[in-house]
Amino acid sequence: MSTEIPVSVSKTTPTVAMVRTLGLVSAVCGLIIVGAYQSTFDAVADNKRIALERAVFKVIPAAKSIVEFLVLPGGAIEKKVGASDTAVGALKFYAAYDDTGKLAGIAAEGSAKGYADSVRLLYGYSPDCQCIVGVGVVSMRETPGIGDKILVDKAYLKNFVALDVKLNAELSALANEVKTVKHGTKTNPWQIDAIAGATITSRAVGRAINDSAQALLPKLVPGLDKIRSKP
Amino acid sequence: MTTAVQARNFDEFMEGIWRQNPVFIMVLGMCPTLAVTVSAVNALSMGVATSFVLICSCALVSLMRNVTPKEVRIAVYIVIIATFVTVVDYAIQAISLALYDALGAFIQLIVVNCIILGRAEAHAAKNPPITSMINAAGMGIGFTIGLLSLGVVREILGAGTLFGVSLFGANFQPWVIMVLPPGGFFVLGSWLLLFSWWARRKEVAKNV
Repeated sequence: MSTEIPVSVSKTTPTVAMVRTLGLVSAVCGLIIVGAYQSTFDAVADNKRIALERAVFKVIPAAKSIVEFLVLPGGAIEKKVGASDTAVGALKFYAAYDDTGKLAGIAAEGSAKGYADSVRLLYGYSPDCQCIVGVGVVSMRETPGIGDKILVDKAYLKNFVALDVKLNAELSALANEVKTVKHGTKTNPWQIDAIAGATITSRAVGRAINDSAQALLPKLVPGLDKIRSKP
Repeated sequence: MTTAVQARNFDEFMEGIWRQNPVFIMVLGMCPTLAVTVSAVNALSMGVATSFVLICSCALVSLMRNVTPKEVRIAVYIVIIATFVTVVDYAIQAISLALYDALGAFIQLIVVNCIILGRAEAHAAKNPPITSMINAAGMGIGFTIGLLSLGVVREILGAGTLFGVSLFGANFQPWVIMVLPPGGFFVLGSWLLLFSWWARRKEVAKNV
């Protein structure tokens, strides 16, 4: 005498229909994405190259062409091939050559925490004077009108006409740490005179240069002769 | 007959621009609205990118509406929307890297823009492709107008420029807070105030 529980069988969608629709959507969307990627690939690569060249040429005015290099942890310098990921511990830098194919300078990236987010910048290093000859910002989110003065403040930018980054006698580190000092108290060529009111961002720039130069230059300078002329 | 169709299409189109404007009436998609409207160019680009995704995904959702079982519809919508966002992402990189950097993560975040998923669910899933594309175009333009209203005001006050062209000369002291996050809230609030004041006035006039 069991009463059967009525099972409410509403119209259920067959599994096949669901799988079919999802498969169809994935196939169509996959095609669209791959198509978009393929058709924009060249333009995107061109844009990236132009943006990089523009940034490097800004910090090394004499430059006419650039070559990407890697410094391996052991100290060997090799040309970067393709867009492959850099090996662990390898440092990337750009060698800029003038129109005769002679080394005009080295550009490298550095970054440090600023007021809002990390300040990423590109600096130009001249092997002749062993100093920094230009700085450009790659990306930052510093307060408009305050922190972003580092781009336009003339007195501040004068710091980077010839910022001293000589190595010590053993070539193991910078002879003098790059230091950001309070506005108006700069006395040595390795110091950066901060912008009054934008000290945190000014300091971030100094730290970014110092950290990057401390890591890169001791490995780069001994092998500099190998890259004197364009490969 | 054709005039009736035209009138209905016009109605579908105007819905997003005025009656159901996503920014000022429905107050949807506030994340990009507040974040990228620091300049008119950014606002316009974001509006165009969102409109493109909106129109294309509504068209595809609508085309597939009869073969999409309701159990898997959200997955289908999200895949379709994500596809067109990826297309836009590559397209903007190909057009201008500076613009790509300025818009930042908000291009990818179009995937979760509630205007688009809302349109797919509420309109495109129930209407033929042409109608839903017209409706989506109206919504997209309405959203672009909303973003531009914020972007223009914030750029003029916060930087003294419009589309990068200086308006007031060198002596202008920019009202910096307008291009910072709080400025977005101030300007949005003022626009919403203006719109509701206007709507209220119309209602009062109707009742009298």
